[in-house]
Amino acid sequence: MISKRIIGFFAVAVALTAAVAVLGVILGMLADFVARGGPNVTWSFLTEFPRNSNMEGGIFPALAGTTFLVLLMTLMGVPIGTATAIFLTEFARQDSWFARSVRFAVNTLAGVPSIVFGLFGVGFFVQFVGTGIDGATGASAFGDGSLLWASATLAVLTLPVVIVSVEEALRAVPRELREASLALGATRWQTITRVVIPNAVSGILTGSILAVGRGAGEVAAILFVGVTYSAEVLPEAVTEKFMHLGYHLYVLATQSPDVEATLPLQYATTIVLLGLTFLLNFSAIFLRSRLRQR
Amino acid sequence: MAKEHAPKIHASNFSVYYGAKQALHNVTLDIPERKVTAFIGPSGCGKSTFLRSINRMNDLIDGVRVEGNVIVDNMDVYDKSVDVATLRRKIGMVFQKSIPFPKSIYENITYGLTLLDKPSKTDLDEIVENSLRRSALWEEVKDRLQNSALGLSGGQQQRLCIARAVAINPEILLMDEPCSALDPISTGKVEELITELKDTYTIVLVTHNMQQAARVSDLTGFFLMGHLIEFDRTRTLFTSPAQKETEDYITGRFG
Repeated sequence: MISKRIIGFFAVAVALTAAVAVLGVILGMLADFVARGGPNVTWSFLTEFPRNSNMEGGIFPALAGTTFLVLLMTLMGVPIGTATAIFLTEFARQDSWFARSVRFAVNTLAGVPSIVFGLFGVGFFVQFVGTGIDGATGASAFGDGSLLWASATLAVLTLPVVIVSVEEALRAVPRELREASLALGATRWQTITRVVIPNAVSGILTGSILAVGRGAGEVAAILFVGVTYSAEVLPEAVTEKFMHLGYHLYVLATQSPDVEATLPLQYATTIVLLGLTFLLNFSAIFLRSRLRQR
Repeated sequence: MAKEHAPKIHASNFSVYYGAKQALHNVTLDIPERKVTAFIGPSGCGKSTFLRSINRMNDLIDGVRVEGNVIVDNMDVYDKSVDVATLRRKIGMVFQKSIPFPKSIYENITYGLTLLDKPSKTDLDEIVENSLRRSALWEEVKDRLQNSALGLSGGQQQRLCIARAVAINPEILLMDEPCSALDPISTGKVEELITELKDTYTIVLVTHNMQQAARVSDLTGFFLMGHLIEFDRTRTLFTSPAQKETEDYITGRFG
């Protein structure tokens, strides 16, 4: 009996230590960032363009570029992801080979390293679609990396997040509600638009915001698809190149004339990037709990 | 068998399969108009399957297959030309678990009405009041029509679901164990309601509760393992059943 109690005690101790260690790492990391970069996160840092080869000045274009990118990505990815989830839960026969292959594709997509999406973005969106459009129209706007293609690439990358969370939200709508609607003479489509989606809207929003959070921090996937290390002006069309917080951090840390001197800027940028991601995640949690209460 | 009116619902050699499993075997019966017809039997006997076949709610289940016919007013329910939504407007349904839509009481009643067209506010108001009166709920909710229907008690929710079904003016009301989640007082109210509604509607009731069948129905069918064992006037079936299985069941010897 005593040996069992000792094992039990050790098990709890190990589990607790692990939990404390995880918390410690996260808090320590945050404290480190804030201590080193906090003072540099000023209003002018957020609103000014970088100067002197990114050695001085602010991160405004990167902040704006990330925002544009994420907005466009959401506009492209969330409708497609939601439609796919609706198809999978409401229309497809669950055991049909088509539904199973879509699910398999979604799961596979979720496990693909993001750099591969970047290559896919170049190969498919830029060189195939973009060059195709240019060839057909005689213009030369689409056959190069741009905000548009980077957003499209990220939309594909975040599709699994959207699909899985929207599917979950749709499945959480009680079967009885669907039946009640159908029994009143509603068509499947009316049932979906009037009963299922209104009841799943918090889940759909959560999925979208999680996808945004995931997409906002992604760098590898957009490396080759339109991000630029320096911009004099903000992009004025979706076919222009853009700056991005994550990529800016990478540039500061590796491509700067004096990496050591930009350390405070790197930490400040990190804080902004993390802050943005946290903000999105927390707003998802907040939104969900608010909508659940209703 | 009792035949006072032309049958409202006629089933002939009707079978239902879930995948390879046969849930209903060659059911043949006539359900008369404006009567309460009850189906009793142990769980899994096929009574709900049959009920849900009448308005084709079974279509929603993957791998379901039917044989034979169900005829409602000379219309073959399973004919290819039948529009299921239209069929279901003619055949209302009340479920075991009464789930109102998470909308206001008013919107719950108008849900079915706004599916086809946009009736005027005055028309809607009138139908809402009538439907709630018909389901004996008006006095209890008339001052809070815009409140969420989820705030109602279980019994009120079930009567709201009846009002919701009645609002689209069906000819038949299918009730799938409508009282199994209700307390005795609410059950009494719903049973009273059933008796009143049969002046207007053909009611088909599935119930676990034999006393309920005896109390409210005119005809009773007994299902066992997917077969319709016996179908007769309620009084006859409960007092002098023709089949040994029926007698065993109603005297509580099994099930």
